[in-house]
Amino acid sequence: MAETVSTPVENPSRRDFIYIATGAAGAVGVGLYAWPLIDQMNPAADTKALSTIEVDMSGVEVGQQIVVKWQGKPIFVRHRTQKEINEARAVDVSTLRDPQTDEQRLVVNAEGKYEPQFLIMIGICTHLGCVPIGNNSGDYDGWFCPCHGSHYDTAGRIRKGPAPKNLYLPPYQYLTDTLIKIG
Amino acid sequence: MSSYPGYDPKSGFEKWLDARLPIIRLGYDTFIFPTPRNLNYWWTFGAILAVILMSQIITGIILAMHYVPHVDLAFDSIQHIKRDVNFGWMLQPMHAVGASMMFLAVYIHMFRGIYYGSHKSPREVLWIVGVVIYLLMMATGFMGYVLPWGQMSFWGATVITNLFGAFPLVGESLTNWLWGGFAVDDPTLNRFFSLHFVLPFAILGLVMLHVWALHVPGNNNPTGVSVKNVDKDTLPFHPYYTIKDAFAIVVFLMVFVAFVFFIPDALNHPDNYIRANPLVTPPHIVPEWYYLPFYAMLRAVPNKLGGVITMFGAIAVLFVLPWLDTSKVRSMRYRPLAKLFFIIFVLACIGLGWAGAKSPTDLVFATGTDAATGAPVGFSFLWFARILTLYYYAFFVVILPVLGLVEKPKDRPESIQKSVLKSAPEEA
Amino acid sequence: MRLSKLTATVIATAALGLIVGTASASEGPELKHVEFSFEGVFGTYDKAAAQRGFQVYQESCTNCHSMKLLSIRNLGEAGGPFYDEEHPNANENPVIKAIAAMFTVTDGPDSEGDMFERPAKPFDRFPSPFANEQAARASNGGALPPDFSVLVSAREHGPQYIYSLLTSYEDDAPEGVELRDGMNYNAAFKGGQIGMPPPLFEDLVEYSDGTKASVEQMAHDVVTFMAWASDPKMEERKRMGWMVMIYLFIFALLMYGSYKAVWRDVEH
Repeated sequence: MAETVSTPVENPSRRDFIYIATGAAGAVGVGLYAWPLIDQMNPAADTKALSTIEVDMSGVEVGQQIVVKWQGKPIFVRHRTQKEINEARAVDVSTLRDPQTDEQRLVVNAEGKYEPQFLIMIGICTHLGCVPIGNNSGDYDGWFCPCHGSHYDTAGRIRKGPAPKNLYLPPYQYLTDTLIKIG
Repeated sequence: MSSYPGYDPKSGFEKWLDARLPIIRLGYDTFIFPTPRNLNYWWTFGAILAVILMSQIITGIILAMHYVPHVDLAFDSIQHIKRDVNFGWMLQPMHAVGASMMFLAVYIHMFRGIYYGSHKSPREVLWIVGVVIYLLMMATGFMGYVLPWGQMSFWGATVITNLFGAFPLVGESLTNWLWGGFAVDDPTLNRFFSLHFVLPFAILGLVMLHVWALHVPGNNNPTGVSVKNVDKDTLPFHPYYTIKDAFAIVVFLMVFVAFVFFIPDALNHPDNYIRANPLVTPPHIVPEWYYLPFYAMLRAVPNKLGGVITMFGAIAVLFVLPWLDTSKVRSMRYRPLAKLFFIIFVLACIGLGWAGAKSPTDLVFATGTDAATGAPVGFSFLWFARILTLYYYAFFVVILPVLGLVEKPKDRPESIQKSVLKSAPEEA
Repeated sequence: MRLSKLTATVIATAALGLIVGTASASEGPELKHVEFSFEGVFGTYDKAAAQRGFQVYQESCTNCHSMKLLSIRNLGEAGGPFYDEEHPNANENPVIKAIAAMFTVTDGPDSEGDMFERPAKPFDRFPSPFANEQAARASNGGALPPDFSVLVSAREHGPQYIYSLLTSYEDDAPEGVELRDGMNYNAAFKGGQIGMPPPLFEDLVEYSDGTKASVEQMAHDVVTFMAWASDPKMEERKRMGWMVMIYLFIFALLMYGSYKAVWRDVEH
């Protein structure tokens, strides 16, 4: 520049340092500011507060299924008949696509015993998220997904159709023999 | 033009892209742009406004993810945001305080423009685009304040929309059309939400036009003297003004943040924490602070239509300001009389804001007491507002046009360069 | 000659003063000036006072006043009066569970289609004493007991106002004031006549921490509780505010250094 008055040349690295420090501080600030903008889309406190529910199964008759909503998803609570239990246990597990025994589909109660009559599952087809039809539907007397024709047996295991996995189990525990806490 | 050679694509990819979508060239031309070397801190508010506008758009989009535009749920959904949504307690005040900060910055930006003559030839269109942006900001801010559906939201909306009823013949149809009913109600809330969401993007578009219109004549500067020699009078915007603006933005953010985190409700009215109730009017309806001067003008006129015209006229007069200000000298630095009247004008605007916050019957000062009732009598805010309104108009339609013809300006520097050099250097 | 810094400062100060001043323009009866722990930029809620205040609220206010926007779990969340670091999830906090069990909420419909009552859970909202506004007015001589959720924010100088209101009841109206039927005289209430009968009297509640339950003490405690209810994130907000301010201050210094470095060789 024409009017530049000659000043003693300073070590240029000092200038570089202040630029780098400023840039770094700015980058850190933007990064920290971005987190609230992202985190606000995560589940809010009231949503999280409803993430556990208790289900009383004493009113569910043998052969009946109730559907409760947990975290926005349908939960199938089925009171199985002895016939359904027997069918589920008669299968050769090694032939299954997603091998699981019937007991692996259950959770022990407060005394450490299984309650095989109660089957609790997330009612969402593992193929593409439709809700299967219950009441001994499909080729295996369990559930049948109308979207793409997946058949589940009386333990909710995938037997036929495109779904890759058995119906998922929600995290739950028995509070009493007929009262469970999901979540 | 040796200082500004223009964009020269170096790599093969840059050349390839430049022939197809010259977006790097656009950025280059926008930022490596000759800017007078003597801009002061009053010139940083343009960049500050750009930052607040982006902040408002970002926080606004986020709030819209959680807000529910329904008369039964709107109030609760704001509380849901502040109580349950992650960081909602910070994002909601950022948006609400941000509106105030944007108006604070825009008023400084506008006063700066008037003082230094930035509205004058050849920048009339730049100024007019700015006034349109300001008008849209007023509309957006007003509709945004309705959304929390508190008492002030509801009654502010009622009062302002009723203004349109003042127009003869079409008044009633117009208000019913605005409301989508026979009073401010759910349809009103929904359309205000829709418009409040979309108008900021119109503002963003106009801001781009504003910047474009700035790039044709270039920046004005505190001396008002035009750039004569680009090499000597100007500096490239980047890095000189990017860094100066960035520093000013950080300082401004400290004010912003202090409000958001420590006094988020200081600019809000307590009544807006009361759910809107169409059956009960608050004893004292006041708009947001940034509308108060206009509110004072509205109430200064005893006739409804007259008040509405006075209020809207106060903004309309800004559109023709470039032609009302007849002085050949841009900057009021060299116009002692204009400078004096300008300072009075700024104080008049603040005074109008004060009057807008008070009841017209309140007294600015008491001169005595009424002999019969014992009540104090004196100079009321009604008359205070009337005098200031008169001055507001006189400043634009009488003082500025006449001053330009009669005032003898002081000597101006020959060039921008001369004005900034402490020691006159030898011409190289 | 430029617009002098002094003029600019005067204008800016006047404008800022106006902004803040208009928001707090006050009318009506004079308030008592009491200090609260949560005032100022460092203020926090006095947890013990807020717990006592909740006891007052629960034993005395809940008969008429709702607090619809709060859930019982809020009491045990970070910043809340019963927050316990060992139970960051308020739903698992035994104190919160016990408090929840003291309330009854209406749930349903059940499989028969009927609504039923059950003990509240932490995730439930605080139950309202009246089904709707009309019922509340009918039970209170036409007056509507305001909801507590954001009441402190909804009044000018909220904490001082509510404290003054609770402690300014007088048995007899002063000369010249004709009390309407069912009204009570309160010097802090605009107009002096208030529908709410005096809600607090000496030893109304028995504080478990041994604090003497005077009217002033209970008023102070319940205002602390209500202030928390109105603005439960205040402590978190102020804490983060300081961090942001310190960050911005350092950033501004660095930015100023960069600015000076860039402009070093340029006269301007």
